[in-house]
Amino acid sequence: MRVTFTVNGRRHEADDVWEGESLLYVLRERMGLPGSKNACEQGECGSCTVRLDGESVCACLVAAGQVEGRDVVTVEGLADYARQRAEAASAGGTAAESASVSTSAADEQRWAAAPAADGVPLSPVQEAFIDAGAVQCGFCTPGLLVAADELIERNARPSDADIREALSGNLCRCTGYEKILDAVRLAAARTDHAEAPGDGNGPGPHSGHGPAQGEVV
Amino acid sequence: MPGASPTRIPTALTQGTVTKGGIGESTLRPDGTLKVTGEFAYASDLWHEDMLWGCTLRSPYPHAEIRSVDVSEALKLPGVYSVMTHDDLPATTHFGLEIHDQPVLAKDRVRYHGEAVAIVAADHPETARRAAAKIRVEYAELPPVHDEDSATGPGAPVLHPGRDDHHAPHVTHPNIVHRQPIVRGDVAAAKARADVVVRGEYEVGMQDQAFLGPESGLAVPAEDGGIDLYIATQWLHVDRDQLAPVLGLPQDKVRLTLSGVGGAFGAREDLSMQAHACLLAMATGKPVKIVYNRYESFFGHVHRHPAKLTYEHGASRDGKLLYMTCRIVLDGGAYASSSPAVVGNAVSLGAGPYEVDNVDMEALALYTNNPPCGAMRGFGAVQACFAYEAQMDRLAAELGMDPVELRQRNAMSQGSLMPTGQEVDSPAPVAEILRRVKAMPMPPERQWESSQSSGAAGGSTGVDVRALPGGLSNTTHGEGVVRGVGYAVGIKNVGFSEGFDDYSTARVRLEVAGGEPVAVVHTAMAEVGQGGVTVHAQIARTELGVSGVSILPADTQVGSAGSTSASRQTYMTGGAVKKACEAVREKAVRLGREKFAGHHPAWVSGGELLLEGGKVVTGDGEVLAALADVLGDEVIDEELEFRHRPTERLDLETGQGFGHVQYSFAAHRAVVEVDTELGLVKVVELACAQDVGKAINPLSTIGQIQGGTTQGLGLAVMEEILVDPGGKVRNPSFTDYLIPTILDTPAIPVDVLELADEHAPYGLRGVGEAPTLSSTPAVVAAIRNATGLALNRVPVRPEHLTDTR
Repeated sequence: MRVTFTVNGRRHEADDVWEGESLLYVLRERMGLPGSKNACEQGECGSCTVRLDGESVCACLVAAGQVEGRDVVTVEGLADYARQRAEAASAGGTAAESASVSTSAADEQRWAAAPAADGVPLSPVQEAFIDAGAVQCGFCTPGLLVAADELIERNARPSDADIREALSGNLCRCTGYEKILDAVRLAAARTDHAEAPGDGNGPGPHSGHGPAQGEVV
Repeated sequence: MPGASPTRIPTALTQGTVTKGGIGESTLRPDGTLKVTGEFAYASDLWHEDMLWGCTLRSPYPHAEIRSVDVSEALKLPGVYSVMTHDDLPATTHFGLEIHDQPVLAKDRVRYHGEAVAIVAADHPETARRAAAKIRVEYAELPPVHDEDSATGPGAPVLHPGRDDHHAPHVTHPNIVHRQPIVRGDVAAAKARADVVVRGEYEVGMQDQAFLGPESGLAVPAEDGGIDLYIATQWLHVDRDQLAPVLGLPQDKVRLTLSGVGGAFGAREDLSMQAHACLLAMATGKPVKIVYNRYESFFGHVHRHPAKLTYEHGASRDGKLLYMTCRIVLDGGAYASSSPAVVGNAVSLGAGPYEVDNVDMEALALYTNNPPCGAMRGFGAVQACFAYEAQMDRLAAELGMDPVELRQRNAMSQGSLMPTGQEVDSPAPVAEILRRVKAMPMPPERQWESSQSSGAAGGSTGVDVRALPGGLSNTTHGEGVVRGVGYAVGIKNVGFSEGFDDYSTARVRLEVAGGEPVAVVHTAMAEVGQGGVTVHAQIARTELGVSGVSILPADTQVGSAGSTSASRQTYMTGGAVKKACEAVREKAVRLGREKFAGHHPAWVSGGELLLEGGKVVTGDGEVLAALADVLGDEVIDEELEFRHRPTERLDLETGQGFGHVQYSFAAHRAVVEVDTELGLVKVVELACAQDVGKAINPLSTIGQIQGGTTQGLGLAVMEEILVDPGGKVRNPSFTDYLIPTILDTPAIPVDVLELADEHAPYGLRGVGEAPTLSSTPAVVAAIRNATGLALNRVPVRPEHLTDTR
């Protein structure tokens, strides 16, 4: 069969797709997008996490035929996706949920002082994963990035418990997760600051609403 | 289909992130950007125009005679290019890390559930799977050997008749791979003096490495009749050494290049799909890719040896160890893999980091029809640590002593003797790391009450069930939950032991590019996630004073780097990079002397000249010349080998000998909360203190310690491959084999000591394995502390805590 859907903002078409093929197989083997990883093919490890019409899903559990006409974001498109979201937010404002963020301002500065990747545009979670040492073998990283980005999108100031709950479907075997927590705290703090430049004293509680229109850089 | 390029093979695995900083700095991974953008080419991402997919047919029986194999139906399937069985093998038919006892494809007998019997190449992976399913194999089941009694009892079937390996002469039964005793002092006399004796039997389940990136590789036939293999492995050269005879090719026609590796932890030390992909590529003349899925991965690599351990310790009333005895029986499964070395480790490290003058110890590994076992992080020392640390707690209880104080009273230190008689000749701060973990602040009690509750977290007001045993299953709001605290410490060797000629090679080139001096580092070191590529660049920057360092992809075009295992790569290949840089530096300075002798007296005074900030400087920091001016058009290129000091074999009867290169120590304090009614465990915190000699990259060092700690937690409370008495694997999936999630893993505060080992480059000590040892017994000690149960087996399951078996 032929399957047509949007991946990272571009229309893709795949021919001769066998009915048993998953979205993950079509992305990796037919569309040249191997960033989403296959580590269990059972929806247990989260390495293939992608956004499907905005929802986080395991691409291995979605039949390719189900994606016809729909919209997929993979790790390859995450930087663009995050940039467009930030631009849309700056145009329209976002709602920031109130919760405690456990990264201190001092922590953020320490990490921010680390050299950032030169020349390659990355999303805040991608940069934070590098800076915080959350990447070792990196096989779980694409799925974790998509899941972490989705968390910060709906909960700008996640608590540690929120982070653990949101990422509990993503297995990592190398890091022991501590640096992943660091990375998500860091990404949330950076994103929060970027969207609220008036709040320069670190991640204290917000008033419950996002920054007013026009405040955002 | 993928774009214009005919291949997607690793060409720039380590490029992308610009990194700065020398040794001791937390520089960032050079492959970080590629890994977060999805561009990093893991072995399973490889693609080649016109490539075929390979698939393996595996035995459904743990022990059976193969009566016949009929591949005719499989060959008829459209899209199938080749089907191979044992009879199609072109040359050598067996392989193995030390003993070549494993068939590339089973001949007339299968010895474990999942053994490879036939391989298929087809144009779609599903076609290959369907073809494999059409191969008709007629088996006649044989009785399986599954434990020590069935392996060595009267009438036991001999699994490998006619053994001629070098362990065969000294084992008491042909189903014992290797046996190593250690006898020292006078146990009988010490026993007569002992005031307190504790004895225990312990059991460790079969743990899986469970790396996230399953076995994978791409074999490409070359025009010269050779083969190019792009592969995720831990040691390119040992793969090549096993492959060349199997393929019937000279070594120089078997060229391996490391592709992206999705974790290893020991599971990539043995060959998996390497020979199969190469054989199919040679048979079809086409590139062949094989990627295991998770199910096959559980059958496709060795596991951690399950073990049964019997320990006895005797002590004086004041808590001084007088003697210990142990017997460690490791289940090696169907093939030898690295079982002999695991035996050596288990017994030589089996007394733990304690001074004990009188020992009678032995370890052995069995051949059985269970899955083959071999290397996993901790390598024999993990099993022993679980047992001796349980013993220390029992002894402390018998003596009425604090368990940490008892350990400290017997802790080894620099100058102590191992049971092998080897002197520990570098810092061994065992008492100090115990003191440090004990001194760390305790996590607050009843954190589920202090946490904020939200709708998503469930539970009643003021209770965050995510902080409780059972988590979002909402099984308790604190009722029946008891806290426990436990301690453990362990000792691990670093590097290959027992006389192995362990070396690493590095090639370093220094040249001017774009007006700046640039170092190019080429090794065959397998980067499996640990951060060796980061460290190599740091070493080159420190030693050569340049900012630009390029790390070339690892391949067999340069000399062997040895294995990425035994916590050895920063020591060994890091040491080789350092040595090559020193030779390059010496040549650069000599070049400067030749060119600029008349410009400054320091050039000829004989004082030491250094390379710093792209300049040649005196010991006082005076700049003599820009390195770029010194080099001009010259290219300095050095390829050198680095060896650690030699070790020796252990005596086969007494176990005495200078067996190990270096020792590494870590201690843990575990805090757990147990729902005593349901037997559910929440690990609240797992604090670690470890001596690393020198933290070459502190960020990566802590990452190693936290990762190792978490694998130990997994063994303590959840991870086990279940093999039924008939030899069948019951849980080969991530649905049924559980590894810790981020919800299962607690905060892991780490206290790093840096006490230099004068024998090692920069004084460093291998980091990766020691924390995997002590984590497991610390967690179990904490559960014992909470429940009062004996708990002599890991993983601890709810039924062990509720007596509901």
